[in-house]
Amino acid sequence: MAATDIAVVGYAQTPSVRMARESEVQLLVPIVSEALARAGLDRREVGFTCAGSCDYLTGGPFAFVSNLEAAGAWPPISESHVEMDGAWALYEAWVRLQHGDIDTALVFGSGKSSPSKPEEMWAQQLDPYYLAPLGVDPASLAGIQARALLDSGKATERDFAEVVARNRRNAKNNPNAQVAGDYSVEALLEAPYVRAPLRAHDFPPISDGAVAVVLARGDRARALCDRPAWIRGLDHRIEVHQPGMRDLTSSTSTTLAARKAGYDGGPLDVIELSSTFSPQELILREALGLAADANVNPSGGALAANPVMATGLVRIVEVAQRIVEGSAHSGLAHATGGQVLQHNLVCLMEGD
Amino acid sequence: MAEQCAVIGIGQTHHKKKRADVSIPGLLREAATRALEDAECTWADIDAVVIGKAPDAFEGIVQPELFLADALGGAGKPMLRVHTAGSVGGSTFIVGAHLIESRIHERVLAIAWEKQSEGNAQWGLAGGRGRGIGAGGAFAPWIRAYIEKTGAPEYIGWQVAVKDRLNALKNPYAHLHLPDITIETVKESAMLWDPLRFLESCPSSDGACAVVLTNEANGKKAAKPAAWVAATAVKSELGQFPGRDPVRPQAGVECAHDVYTQAGIGVPRQEIDVAEIYVPFSWYEPMWLEGHDIAGPGEGWKMVESGDTEMTGSFPVNASGGVLSSNPIGASGMLRFAEAALQVRGLAGEHQVDGARTALAQAYGGAAQYFAMAILRNHPA
Repeated sequence: MAATDIAVVGYAQTPSVRMARESEVQLLVPIVSEALARAGLDRREVGFTCAGSCDYLTGGPFAFVSNLEAAGAWPPISESHVEMDGAWALYEAWVRLQHGDIDTALVFGSGKSSPSKPEEMWAQQLDPYYLAPLGVDPASLAGIQARALLDSGKATERDFAEVVARNRRNAKNNPNAQVAGDYSVEALLEAPYVRAPLRAHDFPPISDGAVAVVLARGDRARALCDRPAWIRGLDHRIEVHQPGMRDLTSSTSTTLAARKAGYDGGPLDVIELSSTFSPQELILREALGLAADANVNPSGGALAANPVMATGLVRIVEVAQRIVEGSAHSGLAHATGGQVLQHNLVCLMEGD
Repeated sequence: MAEQCAVIGIGQTHHKKKRADVSIPGLLREAATRALEDAECTWADIDAVVIGKAPDAFEGIVQPELFLADALGGAGKPMLRVHTAGSVGGSTFIVGAHLIESRIHERVLAIAWEKQSEGNAQWGLAGGRGRGIGAGGAFAPWIRAYIEKTGAPEYIGWQVAVKDRLNALKNPYAHLHLPDITIETVKESAMLWDPLRFLESCPSSDGACAVVLTNEANGKKAAKPAAWVAATAVKSELGQFPGRDPVRPQAGVECAHDVYTQAGIGVPRQEIDVAEIYVPFSWYEPMWLEGHDIAGPGEGWKMVESGDTEMTGSFPVNASGGVLSSNPIGASGMLRFAEAALQVRGLAGEHQVDGARTALAQAYGGAAQYFAMAILRNHPA
């Protein structure tokens, strides 16, 4: 039985932009400082640090090594790194905090998509024997998923456009969003297909960005934060890789992760989903059993800002921030990895 | 009070320059299947998979664990991918142990691998740029500094190179089997990065290593003896800054003392029976003996010279043949942990050190800046 007295007590994120002038570590330094400052914690007091990033985004092996500078690793620190979204770095830190010998942790996730050609790079994420040689990119796979969803009768192209319009409208209140504004569903539906049945607005923006989180346990969390965002459940599950072996119109791993995290399907004040393509929001809503009027992606979600390797951890921050600031009591954050929702993480949070 | 973690299954591949007979999933399954058989478990018994490897650029696949999920029975389970440079095999073991110690899972498969023949490791190590100096080129100046500082004779490096290769003759999984190696052949081999000669350097290998970790109750009722995780620690420091001592990195010192304290070890040289230490270049054996306070300043090379670190010596180091005999980079760290565990289980076969009850496992990476260590015992705490 995992501890339920670990909380988010500090956080900071950069705005998402198409191309940041700063290097990845330069993006991280100020937000790591800001997150620690918000928690009132000196970096030398941090018990464990964990980062999430991707070598390939930066275009060089060991890219994460320079990010160590953001943690200020001198004197030496207890530290680890996952080649995954920062949400999984938070998972590793959360596991480490269960031991009880330390009571604080620093987590960060960062990614700059601007130096690479994402459509070429992410094609290398697929099975190197059977799929990568086809050169199929994430948008094409998402198109296949969207088509399957339409064919199943679970959604229409209008539903996709409504997801986009709502997320972009929500993003107007998010200073870190990259894409925001009022768009009519009719106008969106007139846009040409890019990967039929997906249009350009069904895709996430290409973003550079970073996010940092401070975790604390028990009394330390209460001392560092007036309203800690307690992590009541945290779980992640993967599915088979081959898209042809999965029902792309559902997300069984999200359903399973939510159940293991202890989510009972009850009402929540805020839900943040890493739906990087608009149809995925519909799939995830169904997988989680959310009500039609659920408050999904008040930040605008991944369709408004998609700093890959930080996107999932940003979802956790967006929920935690609302709990810490008092505008929400309960929430759920979701992160994803791989193509067409292969790997999914669910983080259930609530205030005191 | 954390749960006790037991190592009940260990598997590794036959390491080779090029495992052309297997795909990447095939390579991993070879190690994983052996670990499951050793633990007398099936895939269904595994609750979660932790997987580690060095940079994705070595094979040219972004986050390969995503496609490897199928071969590793990952579907429906949590799967975590660790990457901490050369120490990653050790870190992966430790993340797996944490999942047991925190009682989140009952049985975890931790696996680390590299199939270096799929790409060009020298290019990868150079940060994906040309004109790289390679790992040997990066470490050679620090090795020279060690020799300068301690006055160690040049044959110390040759001695380690011979010892580890002779040990590897007793390890059927080792990549290099060089029965004819002598001090003379090492001395006469080509100079790669002064003072490192060809035979003082690790090979480039394809290979994988897997362990099955479980809790105290399962560890006690396992068919074969378990290895018990008495202590784990990870420490990192920046790779370069004014005043850094790269010969004796502070992160390595602190990581060692962290595991000694957790395991209640006061005098490591006396209380540790056997060590598996990441020695990719011969000189790192005496350097880590001093860098982890097993030997005093300037005393590490004397332990090598006197034969203390041989299998029959008072402090055997790398009875398996070590990284000098097999180096699938991402797996090399976990191989140290697995070989240390085999020793305390008494299951190391021909390279078993008699009476090994307490073992040190160590892996390091980056610019000698990432450390992962564990103390393994033949009994629970």
